Amino acid sequence: MVDLLDKHRPIADRIARMLAMGVNAVGVTNEKVMSPTRAIIDGRETILAGTNNYMGITFDPDCVAAGQEAMATFGTGTTGSRIANGSYALHRELEAELARFLGRKHCIVFTTGYQANLGMMSGLAGPRDTIFLDADSHSSIYDGCTLSGAKLVRFRHNDATDLDKRLARSEGEEGGRLVVLEGIYSMLGDRAPLADFIEVKRRHGFQLLADEAHSFGVLGPHGRGLADEAGLEADVDFVVGTFSKSVGAIGGFGAGDHPLFEVLRYAMRPYMFTASSSPVSIATSLAAVRKLAAEPWRRQKLRENSARLHAGFKALGLDLGCDEVSPVIAVKCADEPSAIAMWNALLAAGVYVNIAVPPGTPNKLCLLRCSVSAAHTDADIDRIIALFGEVVAAGHSRRAAS
Amino acid sequence: MTDTIAAICKLLEPFNTNGTALRAETDISTDLNIDSVTVMDFVMEVEDHFDIEIPLNVLSETRTVADLARVIEARTQKA
Repeated sequence: MVDLLDKHRPIADRIARMLAMGVNAVGVTNEKVMSPTRAIIDGRETILAGTNNYMGITFDPDCVAAGQEAMATFGTGTTGSRIANGSYALHRELEAELARFLGRKHCIVFTTGYQANLGMMSGLAGPRDTIFLDADSHSSIYDGCTLSGAKLVRFRHNDATDLDKRLARSEGEEGGRLVVLEGIYSMLGDRAPLADFIEVKRRHGFQLLADEAHSFGVLGPHGRGLADEAGLEADVDFVVGTFSKSVGAIGGFGAGDHPLFEVLRYAMRPYMFTASSSPVSIATSLAAVRKLAAEPWRRQKLRENSARLHAGFKALGLDLGCDEVSPVIAVKCADEPSAIAMWNALLAAGVYVNIAVPPGTPNKLCLLRCSVSAAHTDADIDRIIALFGEVVAAGHSRRAAS
Repeated sequence: MTDTIAAICKLLEPFNTNGTALRAETDISTDLNIDSVTVMDFVMEVEDHFDIEIPLNVLSETRTVADLARVIEARTQKA
């Protein structure tokens, strides 16, 4: 008999090697969370700089109160899917609020951001269609593409010319064509060059979906994401986003202006066959989306904090994921053992960042990935810079000298 | 060794970091010990070299150099 788990032994060995070097870098426990930027890890107060809590909204008193009221009013869970058990008034209210915020006719909410991509990819594209996806797309996009049964064509990251070439190769084939981009890419923090892609769209004709998971709330004059920043929202057919970053809850959404958009509710298995979001998550999301609209200072503060951290890292001579300032700031490391060692040293010194290693990263990179929050103070940012100076920049010069 | 297999082996060389002897029976992922993302990056090089499209769906059943050669030959003839 073949043991089904045998194939995972290389992963188990890799985790064991990581553990032998210190704390489990991919299994940290927050013993207590005090604020959007502070938790107790290993008994120590730690600055959180790797939690995608961009707006710092997770402890907002209004959001907390909205969640408490929703739990008291609607209970702890929905115990089923919306097509089986019906919607709660809160689901409808959140969809209407998001549609208003995004300036879109239709919006559908999902239980998680992962399911939003699974649902949208598989609802939009079917086995006769082709999905063209950026090589650096998030796993939820890849998995949604697989679920759709569509033909999958991967184009070089952020390369509109490469997409153009691949569209030309598939010209004349049956079925529709969906192109998928991300507003901010989660590992390196770079943005899609949207204007270039839309120029290709005008020539070839396809439907375009932008995943604004890391850019929703963050980019653009209204915080609607990359398309808002670029002034090109009319050219983007479908938008996907998540509640687990700027919104500080859990869930996701898909939105668009297509007259048939609502039919997707009956065509997306990740929407139909899972329980709908809990009342608490929906109510806190609703309160948070209203705050994103009413409190633009959060975006402004996030931009200032991101620029401060980016400039500080540049001054240290660190090799960064991209030159554009975004709240995702990744520091490139020489290899996996040095990344793990530096990650351990940073955590011991009181700052939590993400460690990212292949195949979770593009181009085999090993990264120490920071995500900035509007709730970080200038002192927090300066402390993060100082610790990277001690741990990472000093480590680089030691290696260069040896 | 056919021309296609020889061309694949040449394109595979930069990804061959463990000194595997490349031939038709070589399993691209397990023999070369490369992860799924790297396999997809390699396939992009193959697509550009032959100027064809190899959809990701096809890759799940493509393990060896010979398997890939069959996919390429079917697609270059179609074009």
